[in-house]
Formats: sequence, structure tokens, C-alpha cells
Amino acid sequence: MSARQNELSRISRASRTRRAAVRTVTYILLTLWALMVLFPYYWMILSSVKSYSAYNGEYVPAFFTLSPTLENYREAFSAVPLARYFLNSLLFTIVTTGLMMAVIIPAAFAFARLEFRGRNLVFALFLALMMIPNELVIITNFQTITNAGLRNTYAGLILPSVTSVFYIYLLRENFAQIPDELYSAAKVDGTTDFKYLTRVMMPICRPTIITIVILKVIECWNSYVWPRLVTDDPAYFLVSNGIQEIRENGFGRENIPAMMAAVVVISLPLIALFLCFRKKVMAGVSRGGIKG
Amino acid sequence: MRGDKKANNLKGWLYLLPAMLFLGFFMVYPLVDVFVYSFEEGYNSASQTYFGVGLYNYSYVLHDPYFLQALKNTFILVVITVPLSTLLALLISVGLSSISKLKELYQTVYFLPYVTNTLAVGLVFMILFKRTAYTDGLANLVLAWFGRGPVDFIDGPYWAKMFVLCFYTVWVVMPFKVLILTSALASVDQTYYNAAKVDGTSPFRIFRKITLPMISPMIFYLVITGFIGAFKAYSDAVALFGTNLNAAEMNTIVGYVYDMLYGDSGGYPSYASAAAILLFAVVFTITLINLSISKKNVHY
Repeated sequence: MSARQNELSRISRASRTRRAAVRTVTYILLTLWALMVLFPYYWMILSSVKSYSAYNGEYVPAFFTLSPTLENYREAFSAVPLARYFLNSLLFTIVTTGLMMAVIIPAAFAFARLEFRGRNLVFALFLALMMIPNELVIITNFQTITNAGLRNTYAGLILPSVTSVFYIYLLRENFAQIPDELYSAAKVDGTTDFKYLTRVMMPICRPTIITIVILKVIECWNSYVWPRLVTDDPAYFLVSNGIQEIRENGFGRENIPAMMAAVVVISLPLIALFLCFRKKVMAGVSRGGIKG
Repeated sequence: MRGDKKANNLKGWLYLLPAMLFLGFFMVYPLVDVFVYSFEEGYNSASQTYFGVGLYNYSYVLHDPYFLQALKNTFILVVITVPLSTLLALLISVGLSSISKLKELYQTVYFLPYVTNTLAVGLVFMILFKRTAYTDGLANLVLAWFGRGPVDFIDGPYWAKMFVLCFYTVWVVMPFKVLILTSALASVDQTYYNAAKVDGTSPFRIFRKITLPMISPMIFYLVITGFIGAFKAYSDAVALFGTNLNAAEMNTIVGYVYDMLYGDSGGYPSYASAAAILLFAVVFTITLINLSISKKNVHY
């Protein structure tokens, strides 16, 4: 790099100032977009600590408040079953993710390591299923769950959300990278396949497994469409549906500070998760996340 | 040895069994069933009976003003947000790759919308843009600085509502695009740049002749996923305009499917199926067109 820099030293002073100008403009533009991203969060928090009367008294919205209050947070938990929505989402997220891992790990293992008749054909079929959009299958799933009497139950919420062909594929690719010699050696030692999977393959592929768990947790926490279809009893609402319910019926439509308090509470867990596992989340999303 | 093989066969299928059960029940069967539904005329959810088989459901959907409105909204949304967000993401990623100080901070901030519940932030956007009896809202405050009159972006004129929807959609999809493009830019081999610098190539020319071709597969990937994502837009619109999207004139194709299925206007799985298949056909066609364009322009 420094040798190249020497060659660049021919560049005149004028162009150096131009570069400084470009850099300044770059930082200004980047900061502008950062503010654009952060502003809704700021407004959410700001509105949530304004008192009800202060908020509604501002015909021109104020950009800060001198008398913050936590009253709205108490209101959010007492006037609507926010804690209930929260627990439902937590349960839904944990059980769905756990079940999914229990389903996809053996499947990925079978595709990557075991040899049996029809494996390649089934794998090709699985890959073809990756192209099927959720919108196409959700109609029948809705009918199935309704006919089975599973509306407004945890089973109805969780079961259709368990499978993901894409994660089987992602994990299978990772499993397949583990050298065959390891498997042969384990076989010689008399290790069973199941033991080999849990004691050798899973520890080696831990980063991928963690990535998949994080992506699924994000997906579950934010899921809205399916829960909306199969629940109309607020006792089974997840946070997204809770937000929608609060917006349409809760607090009386004008109590925006309390709404914002609820929004803050609902957004916090994932933001905290993200800030803790920042690198993992971003690497995972760039490998396997699709938004939309 | 033969017995061993048989045991292996069995074991393989046993490991696959849970996944196959779930996929069979909730993907393969529904996939077949949705086509069946879409051809069954006059299907009744309660009695599970139908009159005949034919294309009536498709014809009904294609003549339904709500569907046409949803189609129009979705197309406008796609045409505006996909190019806009991709270009903006490219601009931001190039800026991000050219700095080293504070880079991680910016990256972290830009990624936040990805991990935030779209319904939740949508509510914040609604409040920013909504005009009520008590306040004109923040968006109108900004408009007033430029001497423009108050507009209700949530319950007001069509263009205003479409503006908010596009604005919010771009805000929501940016994290993914910036992330993908930033890592694509980071993986471009530095020797190309150094060679170009030695030759005294201008930065703009470097960008056009080196950077852009090198990351074109990723740009193309983003365009395809962007098209697919925007065609399936729904929850962003719900977040801004509430669940009754037909009344707000802001429904999307996916919204139309769900409205036909469930809710006050629901109970018509046949119409929902026909609309879902139409949506899939549109997305499929657009993806094919994208692929054929990319063959000419993308450098792998």
C-alpha cells in the first residue's frame, strides 16, 4: 500500500484538497441517512415519555421534552394486555425455533452425510420447494388449521411456521464441508450416526446453527400475517397483532404516548439481541436473509 | 452387507421424516390444493361444496375493482421503490466503503430497521405523517417551513398516501440492500484499484469500469429480490393505513388475497387462490424477464 502511496505523491495539492472535500461530503451524506434511520426511533422514545396532556397540547410537535414521565409505560402494561402479547410472542418464538431446529438438523444431516436410495431426488424436490412463496400455501393452511379446530391455539400458530427449506439447505451445505475422513474415523471407533451428528458435526457447525437460530428468532418475533389469520382472540395475539389491536381499539385512538410506549417495549428485545450479536446477525443476514 | 444397506436406507428416511411430514402437510399439499381451489366455482367454506369447475374465479378476480386497485398500487410501489432503494443503497454503500472512521457505527445504525418490527415502526411513521384535530403532525410542520399547505398523508389524497407507503417501504428495505452491497464492495480485489490508480484513471471511471461490473451480480440479485419483495408488500401498508386497506384505497395484491380469505370481506378461499396464483404468475414472469436482461448485462 505505501509503495502505491509514493506513486500517488505526484498528485498535486489541489487534488488533495478535493479529496478532503469529497470525504466531507461523504460524511455529511452518510450522517444524513443515519439521522433518517434514527429519527423514527427518537420520535418513538420521545413521544413515549411525554405526558398525555403535554402531547395533546402540542399543536406544533416539540422536538424534546423537559418533563419526561414513565406514566405511559405503566399505562401500556395496565390498559392493554401488553405483557400477555409479549409472553405469547416469547413462547411462539422459542417453541417455533426449537421445533424447527429439531426438524432441520436431522434432515440436513441425512442430506449431507447419510447414503440412501432416493436421496438426490428428494433433495432436488426440496430445492424446488424453496421457490414456492408463502402466499401460495397460506390459503390451504388457513383452511386446514380452521377445519382442525386449531384457531386461537398455540399449535395452530406454531405448526405451519416450523419448516423452512432454505435453512435445511444452508445447514446441509455447511455439514457437507466437513471432511469425510472424520466420519470414517468415527465409524471405525464405533460411533453411532446420531452421536457423530451431536458430538462432532453440530459443534463444528455451531456458527451456522447460531446464525439460523437468530434469523428464525427475528422472523418469529416480527411475524404478522399468519398470526393475524389464525387468531382473533386477544389472549393469543403476538406483539405484531397486539400493536395492530392497540392501534385500532386500545387506549382510545388518541392516546399516542401510551401507544409509543408499547411500541418501544415491543421493539426493544430484538434491538438488544442485535446489539449483542451484531456481527453474527449481519453475517447471517448477508448469507441467508431475505426481507420481503 | 445387504442388510446393512437396507438399514442405512431406513435410517436416512427416518432422519428426513419430520421435515417431510411438515413440508408435506404445510407446503406440498397446500400447493396442489391452491390450484384445486382456484378452479372450483362457487365454493362454500361452511358446507365445503362447489357447483362446478372452470375459470370463473379468475374472471371474477380480474374484474373486481378492488383487485385492479390493488394491482395498480402494487405496480406503482414496485416501479418507484425498487430502482430508488437500489440506487440509494448503492450510493450509501460506496460512501460507506470509502471511509474507515466510524464505519462500524454507521453500519450498525443503518441495519437497525431490519431488526425492528415493521408494524411497530409503521405506527411511528403513521404518527409522523398523520394530521389530526390536535396537530398537523411533523411531516406537515416540515412542509410548512417550505410554505406548503397541510396535507393528510394517511387519510388524504391518493398521491400523498402512496408517497408515505413508498417512503416507508424504502426505509424498511434499505438495511438489507446496504448490507449486501457493502460486503460486495469489500470483496472486490484491491489490485484492480491499485492498477487503475497507477494508470491515473479518474475515480468516476474506476467506479464505472471496475466497481460496477465487479458487483453487478449482487446488484442484480438485489433487483430480483427487491421486485419479489415489493410485489408481496402487505404488512407495511397495514402498519400505515390499518387493516381495512380496501377502504383506504391502499390495498396490495397480497392484501387482497388475505382480505378474500379472512376478515369482514373474507370467506372466499377460491377467489383468494385465484388471486394468489395470478400474483405468482406476475412475479414469475418478471423474474424471468430480469434473468434474461441480466444475461446480457451482468458480468460473472
